[in-house]
Amino acid sequence: MRGRLTGYWLFAPAALWLALFFAVPLYSLVATSLFDPDGSVLTGYDVAWAFGNFPDAISEYWRPLVRSLVYAGIATAICLVLGYVLAYAIAFKAGRWKNLMLVLVVAPFFTSFLVRTLSWKLILADDGWIVNTLQFVHVLGDDGRLLATPVAVVAGLTYNFLPFMVLPLYAALEKLDPRLIEAASDLYASPARAFWKVTWPLSRPGVVGGVLLTFIPAAGDFINAELLGSPNERMVGNVIQNLFTTTGDYAAAGALSVTLMLIIVAMVVAYARTSSTEDLV
Amino acid sequence: MTPLQRVGRWIGDHLVLALGVLVIVYLVVPIAIVALMSFNDSSGSRNVYKFQEFTVSNWANPCKPEGLCDAVSTSIQIGLLATIVATTLGTLAAFALARHRFRGRSGANMLIFLPMASPEIVMGSSLLALFVAAGFGGQLGFWTIFIAHVMFCLSFVIITVKARLSGLDDNLEQAAMDLYATEAQTFWRVTFPLVFPGILAAALLSFSLSFDDFIISNLNAGQTVTFPMFVWGAAQRGVPMQVNVIGTAMFVIALALVLAGGWNQRRRATAKAA
Repeated sequence: MRGRLTGYWLFAPAALWLALFFAVPLYSLVATSLFDPDGSVLTGYDVAWAFGNFPDAISEYWRPLVRSLVYAGIATAICLVLGYVLAYAIAFKAGRWKNLMLVLVVAPFFTSFLVRTLSWKLILADDGWIVNTLQFVHVLGDDGRLLATPVAVVAGLTYNFLPFMVLPLYAALEKLDPRLIEAASDLYASPARAFWKVTWPLSRPGVVGGVLLTFIPAAGDFINAELLGSPNERMVGNVIQNLFTTTGDYAAAGALSVTLMLIIVAMVVAYARTSSTEDLV
Repeated sequence: MTPLQRVGRWIGDHLVLALGVLVIVYLVVPIAIVALMSFNDSSGSRNVYKFQEFTVSNWANPCKPEGLCDAVSTSIQIGLLATIVATTLGTLAAFALARHRFRGRSGANMLIFLPMASPEIVMGSSLLALFVAAGFGGQLGFWTIFIAHVMFCLSFVIITVKARLSGLDDNLEQAAMDLYATEAQTFWRVTFPLVFPGILAAALLSFSLSFDDFIISNLNAGQTVTFPMFVWGAAQRGVPMQVNVIGTAMFVIALALVLAGGWNQRRRATAKAA
């Protein structure tokens, strides 16, 4: 018979790794955020319970912080619309093309994130056909551009995190019994009504999962802002990264990082109250 | 159904599919551009984000830009090591969660879920904070990146393998036991082969996550340069076209592996049916 302890032994190595290199570091990060702000990498830091780091960091960097949440929010909303259409098409309309379409959804993962993001510089280039077309129809002025604008950053974020939205949505829609939708229309529900009363509520676990998997990495991302934006589009990730690696202001970087984490945890808890972690994992 | 309704139905049916295909195009076009640019001759121009002239020289000399192939080799080494460790530990943990009852399961699920729900910048900076606090601030490099990669791959391995395990029909294991297979025989002859596709998928996922990671690696890399870090550094000056060669090669290899896996599965299914 299986020993009662077998489960613990099997789980222990992974748990230990996650505890040591995920949970303990979070504690170190919180400690870092309370460092004496007068310390430096050279002289060393003391944990001085300097809670003042938080208001200091937020008052100095609230713009990139808010910008991150706004850009990530817009990108998530667009991803939800595009992702829902695509997941619905794959689940119910694709027929024998289903597998091919699923492979194409994950195809972006097969090549490098940074290299793909750089190719958006070419797509949105000042003399590219998208900019030229938009200038032609006067959406953009004659010297208007897309690169180095919030549009480019949000487009990049949307593109990069769209598969994370499609996959959970598809998983939820695939489980949905199409006979339920038929039953709704047999009972004289219009297609729109059938969608809002049957399909949408049943796909909710996928919506919750997809929104979280899209919003969280998008809010922390700084690659799109750096490569496709200008300093005016700088997101909180850019600031944290610079403070840690270039400026060496660990106290402010830690405070900002903890703030971002707390905001995201608060949003996740508020949003995902309906589903337990067991459902998500 | 009136003819008008029928036309509406037809449009409704095909409109969704057409829109879905457009979204797919949005996802795939940048990859096509990476492939196209891998054949671009950028030598005559300062604008590296425009196709100038066709050449195969980037493919013939992929290692020409200084440091590129070193970075790729570093990424492959870290990727392979992190994949092996994460897949092993993660598979064991998935078995524990799917097959064994033990106390603290909700805590365990939380520990697995949280890394996936944390922004990379937070995980990266907290690891850096730990390494610095523990006095390893000067030894950042290959091994600190490896530790980080195993950490963020673990959760993905666990959920992938666990999903495969919980979808498994345990009648087959029961049958093996009924036919006097020992527990070890049942495991190696029945359970493991059935779970193996899930383990393989988890390993592929781990490798691609590791190979592609920038944010966490960059914070914990010290002087070590991985492929994404090379691209990041090069992007400030104008990327060499060989970067697109690497990107395209990665894509082709990964696609081939996935298609081969799918083809193999279908072949087995037809063999079983025959």
